[in-house]
Amino acid sequence: MVAKKLNLKDKYRALTRDLDWDYDYADRKKAFPYEEFEGIKITDWSKWEDPFRLTMDSYWKYQAEKEKKLYAIFDAFSQNNGHLNVTDARYVNAIKLFLTGVSPLEYQAFQGYAHVGRQFSGAGARVACQMQSIDELRHVQTQIHAMSHYNKFFDGFQDWTHMHDRVWYLSVPKSFFDDARSAGPFEFLVAISFSFEYVLTNLLFVPFMSGAAHNGDMATCTFGFSAQSDEARHMTLGLEIIKFLLEQHEDNVPLVQKWIDKWFWRGTRLLALVGMMMDYMLPNKVMSWKEAWEVYFEEAGGALFKDLARYGIVMPKFVETTAKEKEHISHQAWWIFYTHGHAAAFHTWIPSDEELDWLSEKYPDTFDKYYRPRWELAKEMEARGERFYTKALPQLCTTCQIPMGFTEMDDPTQIAYRSSDFDGEKYHFCSDGCKHIFDQEPEKYVQSWLPVHQIYQGNCGGANVEEVLRDYYKMNLGEDNMDFKGSPDEQRWNEWKGKDKGKDTDKDQDVA
Amino acid sequence: MSKVYLALQDNDDSRYIVEAIIEDNPEATVIHQPAMIRIESTGELFVRRASVEEKIGRDWDMQELHLSLITLGGNVDEDEDRLHLSWNV
Repeated sequence: MVAKKLNLKDKYRALTRDLDWDYDYADRKKAFPYEEFEGIKITDWSKWEDPFRLTMDSYWKYQAEKEKKLYAIFDAFSQNNGHLNVTDARYVNAIKLFLTGVSPLEYQAFQGYAHVGRQFSGAGARVACQMQSIDELRHVQTQIHAMSHYNKFFDGFQDWTHMHDRVWYLSVPKSFFDDARSAGPFEFLVAISFSFEYVLTNLLFVPFMSGAAHNGDMATCTFGFSAQSDEARHMTLGLEIIKFLLEQHEDNVPLVQKWIDKWFWRGTRLLALVGMMMDYMLPNKVMSWKEAWEVYFEEAGGALFKDLARYGIVMPKFVETTAKEKEHISHQAWWIFYTHGHAAAFHTWIPSDEELDWLSEKYPDTFDKYYRPRWELAKEMEARGERFYTKALPQLCTTCQIPMGFTEMDDPTQIAYRSSDFDGEKYHFCSDGCKHIFDQEPEKYVQSWLPVHQIYQGNCGGANVEEVLRDYYKMNLGEDNMDFKGSPDEQRWNEWKGKDKGKDTDKDQDVA
Repeated sequence: MSKVYLALQDNDDSRYIVEAIIEDNPEATVIHQPAMIRIESTGELFVRRASVEEKIGRDWDMQELHLSLITLGGNVDEDEDRLHLSWNV
């Protein structure tokens, strides 16, 4: 006789909660030593809900199916020289930034969930963290496989793990996750599952991956959406965690609010890089960063926070600043990279006239007034053979580690400077949000590994910038860095595409 | 009432899933974007197994939705027969 098939709810119960056990000879508190020190109060772990009720057997089944589809596409992409079908070779630079900046975060997320999954005494939370941990490992692996094809044909992909640990702009994403992973387990979940996954990652994976498809990059679009299908589950988990913490004890509310405030701001700073990728690095545009922010944060996040209001949760601190920043942040970020293009492991460029017109149309209130004149000047300088690279090393914000290039949002001609004194030292910040985060936990942030400080302290080798870039960062100078115009990437692309050699190429360009 | 939404990869299975969703949720709006389909609706949205099976012409497990799902917004409640997305306000 065949046993009756369990329904989804019963199966979930049997394969998660029923795998838990009681501690009779060991002290439960000693088994889960990190569960209480943050001040979060859990009265009943059994109230933890996983709305998708995914169990390990279904997990393996569906993940295996996703994987088979994904790798069939990678094979087809590679066999058909898919790299030749992207809109133009500038696009590939967005993928370089993705591999060096984002994929290592997937690995950090894998480590983070494996760690916190061990630290919760509730079986539901442990199983959810275990699955997410495996998901994140899958994401980093599929991303490496997808992008390995580009590594055969383009510069800048060769040493991404080494670069992630050292390069100045990659310390922005790296320190974001280091910050989350060195927090307690509940803060980690509010930081990554809720503030990052639920509120912000849609902005990275949805419009950007749709943009990859729109630029002929089948492999990236597919790994992006395949990862995002796990992300939908992670987001749901993020929302359930918040509801669970808020329903467990009223004392949790101010702690959760404090973490949401912190991680929302940390996340918006990290996403400045994505804003710049969308507005400047995709030759075929899907939507502007401002439009994406409106759909995926203001509308979707607005609905979310309205729903959470019944628990006493309010919109994150400094959200009104982000409403102004959406008009400026992508332009300011790309300008920082353009002017530091000799020190980046990807190429930068001046937007084409067509692209400048698109930006004017998408940002009618700010682009022509503040940003277009800069690009017109850059064009004139480039035409004179004086493509501008700044000689100075930038001052970094102690919290987000982005160079201090963002402006006051009420006066975009004035760079924003904030500072705090702690223990006899002065620390600098790009915004009220980053200063506020530092002021809450100065003991933590004084330990920040700020790449520019490290260079000046002599910890990165080299007597000059060129040596740091070449020997410490392992950049191939003259290949990975500098303007796209005149780069080996551009030359190869023109040869593959049968374009005139030397056309659009500044032959005399000096390569650091 | 806020909008709930889900986005699916633009693939062959999704075609039938979207057809089923539109039939079950006449209020829903369908937006086509490169490589994806976004479906949004005010307040709530249902994906029903029976309706998808009817369109796709075979047995279909609710959890197969994960193969095509890109993202969603709203409180989720799923069992063998349907996925329900909702906001309380």
